[in-house]
Amino acid sequence: MNLKLRVWRQKDRNAPGKLVEYEAGDIDPEMSFLEMLDVVNERLIGAGDEPIAFDHDCREGICGTCSATINGIPHGPERATTVCQLHMRHFKDGDILTIEPFRAKPFPVIRDLMVDRSAFDRIIESGGFVSVRTGSAPEANTLPIPKDAAETAMDAAACIGCGACVAACKNASAMLFVAAKSSQLNTLPQGKPEKDRRVLNMVAAMDEAGFGNCTNQYECSAVCPKTISEDFIAQLNREYLVASVKQSFAGK
Amino acid sequence: MYCGGAAIVFILSIFMEQTTARLFRSSLGKKYVMAVSGVILLLFVIGHLIGNLQIFAHPDLINSYAHFLQNMGPGLWAVRLILLTAVVAHIWAAVELTLENRRARPEDYREKDTIQASYASRTMRISGFIVLAFILFHLAHFTLQVVNPQYQELYTQLEDGTVVHDVHSMMVSGFQNIWISGFYLIAIGLLSVHLRHGFASMFQSIGLRNRKIAGPLEKTSLGLSILYFAGNAAIPVAILAGFVS
Ligand code: FES
Repeated sequence: MNLKLRVWRQKDRNAPGKLVEYEAGDIDPEMSFLEMLDVVNERLIGAGDEPIAFDHDCREGICGTCSATINGIPHGPERATTVCQLHMRHFKDGDILTIEPFRAKPFPVIRDLMVDRSAFDRIIESGGFVSVRTGSAPEANTLPIPKDAAETAMDAAACIGCGACVAACKNASAMLFVAAKSSQLNTLPQGKPEKDRRVLNMVAAMDEAGFGNCTNQYECSAVCPKTISEDFIAQLNREYLVASVKQSFAGK
Repeated sequence: MYCGGAAIVFILSIFMEQTTARLFRSSLGKKYVMAVSGVILLLFVIGHLIGNLQIFAHPDLINSYAHFLQNMGPGLWAVRLILLTAVVAHIWAAVELTLENRRARPEDYREKDTIQASYASRTMRISGFIVLAFILFHLAHFTLQVVNPQYQELYTQLEDGTVVHDVHSMMVSGFQNIWISGFYLIAIGLLSVHLRHGFASMFQSIGLRNRKIAGPLEKTSLGLSILYFAGNAAIPVAILAGFVS
């Protein structure tokens, strides 16, 4: 199949970027999107041009490294799919694809389609620790965990931290990410003791990084390759409210 | 009594200082402000509509109702103060949040698409802005009566002999003007669209929503905004058509 690409090219964080057109001819429909970019890059290198820089690692949809906005949708048109797992058969011969980085102030462009998502790491760090007993494994039934709590925590933990939620949100809000990362711990008994502090700190770190605010459109959840539910955002809203009030009345 | 009240408020404010600081500074706090002020304003517009629908009954009904409201004294000012606070808080939060959101994406997408964001949710800013303009006009028109000063001269006598302001005639004469009715209809339409997203959104912002109740919640939100529009639109339409005179 033959495609026309309009790719965002930007030399570094401070340089102005622009869309550059490329012909992607003779593409195998069974290729993944990133393999298609590899082919285009091989040709660019062959012609003595700079290849398109893009992030990738596992290429099996589990690490959250790959990131690109295709025709205005982060990770492209397929639901519940990372761009590394997106296949060219979902496009039609002759399609024009606009490929841009994930855009947000806290995600500065490193080069072309690569963005710096270390703001997410700072949010995770601010969440702090979980009190677990190290040493020998405790008896399995000392800490009963309700089945649905375990399921919910696992659903939240499915977040791969790719940042598509931020990229899709019209306000570049990181609420879905922060909600998933706080809920995966807050839902379990092991995460309960530090729950309030975690929620307050993570929201503070999120605001500090300069992400926008949630306006409840749920585009984040719709675009999420792991289909994290906006229910976690409601949970975060609830827990933050309770934690704020509780903290005002705390002894110290 | 006032001293006691002030003391309680003062003590509470010390305890709540941190909470309030967080309320007005954090992103989530501003969303709570948005939601709570939204609830207050929603309750008001519903009450306001129910009051107005009395236009379809005998003129004495709405005139005595208006007379009662105007003579609530401190009660009236308490309600006005709450409403004014809610409006200011709602606008303040909207402006703050919008500015933060703009800053959060300095370089926009050259091509942007949405998967499921509703029309209402994408137009909150513009619908809110036009509704605000309408509220100001509406106050000048019917409350302060500076648009048509002759409204101040309209009086009528209730059955028991009390002389009251003739709100019924004021509404009829106001809405007989096609331009005023037109602006009113547009503003009410936009407010209904605003409520369509706002109503369901409040629940999410304070954490009282999940996917189990999302369906009924969205339906309620849609039903509410349709009813709200229909109820409000009925008044100028009936007046223009000559059903109410
Ligand atoms: S490269 Fe790991 S998820 Fe796409």
